[in-house]
Amino acid sequence: MASYKMRKIKDRFMRILVWLALLMALIPLFSILGEVVLKGASSINLNFLTQPTPTVGEAGGGVANAMQGTLLAVGLASLIGVPIGLMSGIFLSEYSETKLSPAVRFFNDVLNGFPSIVIGIFGYTIIVLSIGFSVIAAAFALAIIMIPIVTRTTEEALKLVPATVREAAIALGVPRWKTIVSVVFSGAKKGIATGILLSLARIAGESAPVLVTMGYWRWWFAGLDKPVANLALNIYIFAISPFENWQALAWGSALVLVTLILGTSVIVRIFTREKY
Amino acid sequence: MFSPYKFEIESLNAWFGSKHVLKNINMKIKEKAVTAVIGPSGCGKTTFIRCLNRMHEIVPGAKVSGRVLFNGMDIYNEDVDPVQIRRKMGMVFQKPNPFPMMSIYDNAAAGLKLNGIRDKEKLDSVVERSLKLAILWDEVKDDLNKSGASLSGGQQQRLCIARALAVEPEVMLMDEPCSALDPIATAKIETLIRMLAEDYTVVIVTHNMQQAARVSDFTAFLYLGELIEFGSTKEIFENPRSELTEKYITGEFG
Ligand SMILES: Nc1ncnc2c1ncn2[C@@H]1O[C@H](COP(=O)(O)OP(=O)(O)OP(=O)(O)O)[C@@H](O)[C@H]1O
Ligand SMILES: [Mg+2]
Repeated sequence: MASYKMRKIKDRFMRILVWLALLMALIPLFSILGEVVLKGASSINLNFLTQPTPTVGEAGGGVANAMQGTLLAVGLASLIGVPIGLMSGIFLSEYSETKLSPAVRFFNDVLNGFPSIVIGIFGYTIIVLSIGFSVIAAAFALAIIMIPIVTRTTEEALKLVPATVREAAIALGVPRWKTIVSVVFSGAKKGIATGILLSLARIAGESAPVLVTMGYWRWWFAGLDKPVANLALNIYIFAISPFENWQALAWGSALVLVTLILGTSVIVRIFTREKY
Repeated sequence: MFSPYKFEIESLNAWFGSKHVLKNINMKIKEKAVTAVIGPSGCGKTTFIRCLNRMHEIVPGAKVSGRVLFNGMDIYNEDVDPVQIRRKMGMVFQKPNPFPMMSIYDNAAAGLKLNGIRDKEKLDSVVERSLKLAILWDEVKDDLNKSGASLSGGQQQRLCIARALAVEPEVMLMDEPCSALDPIATAKIETLIRMLAEDYTVVIVTHNMQQAARVSDFTAFLYLGELIEFGSTKEIFENPRSELTEKYITGEFG
């Protein structure tokens, strides 16, 4: 009986530890969120959401062009990065019998660990030097940041689908590609969506690679071969400025960025909710 | 050319990597009859039936040699599409494996749906017919939209049987279909197997001697990858030629 008591005490002790750890993880999250909401909310109004970046000395102004720019750059990057990442993930998980896959997996992990500024400079040498600072160059760099994240999470999500499920489909005379697309993929869609979201959130918040591929642009979208404004860069430029109204804009931009990312997560979650 | 045999297996060998798991199997499987494959764990029973619908080769590193004539035609011939072969054979696995993200209805209809059949009326009738054949209809007819994974193990296995029957195969390959079932469900499946034998060729792997004796017309005894004895079930059980078979059947090892 004594050992039972002992076990109960240990159990309680471990439980408290786990709760404390959870709390420690949540405190920074909520204090950051809280700070962003508190400081950002006061800047948010209709003007802020519909006006472009103000010039020095100008009162008011907003982040409408930066929202447009971030959506554009992130959207364009996903157009390139998501299909490539998905395909690579499928390749690694479903065609792992090829000798190529360990090499692909290794380089993918290396790419995942690359500092984003290095990827930005790569985008600079590949694209900026030929067509100039542009949305295309930024989207290219951001896509390269996305690819390893999407690849890895897709591979992991697909691997979680039991082999017996694949076999059941193949034994029914379903071709291999169809098995992957209709059976394996639908079993993994939640994990895959999470991966894509992670990568979206990551690139929406990137500033260094954006700075070296399209620089800072304070106007509206003017063409794919020109730069666009960007929320993350807004935060950076405004926050280090000496003007108070610009610093307020930085907080506002931060709140808008966080809201966009959270909003996307929620929408994607709703669409990929499992039926059962 | 008419042949009373559904399968004629000639010098069949199978490997996993360098591991030789089926050794020179020769055997003829009769049409519209039940053939049982028995033998101790690891002797190659699962591998054997997976060679009959070309499922063995999907395991990386797995290899097959020899010939398997199905309706007189070698399924391992170069120009044979394994997908077409598999469509003619239903397979039931050792562990129930319904599609977890599909409803009961979609599981039963999966073979048709995944191969492009969309006609709702046809699907409805096929789902009902195959669930009835698999003796599951009465238990699930009000929950067809529930997840296949929400069923009990035995129900899941019958769902898998229904799924295999739905595509109207010529052959049913069953790998210990009752290993997850209780005696009542087992009895149901055994009745079903006897019924199926009127129209289909059934090959069933089983660990259970009584089951082999009850349901099969022919029995093959495998031991360490070799076909030790093959003949009518009556002969094998009453009058085995090999001492090994006799020992196995009487439960001296295995
Ligand atoms: N995927 C695999 N990779 C390597 N070896 C395997 C694999 N599957 C089975 N084997 C080996 O092949 C041999 C035959 O296996 P098989 O599954 O056909 O046996 P079985 O007769 O069905 O056994 P059980 O009654 O336990 O299901 C065994 O020795 C097993 O270890
Ligand atoms: Mg087996």
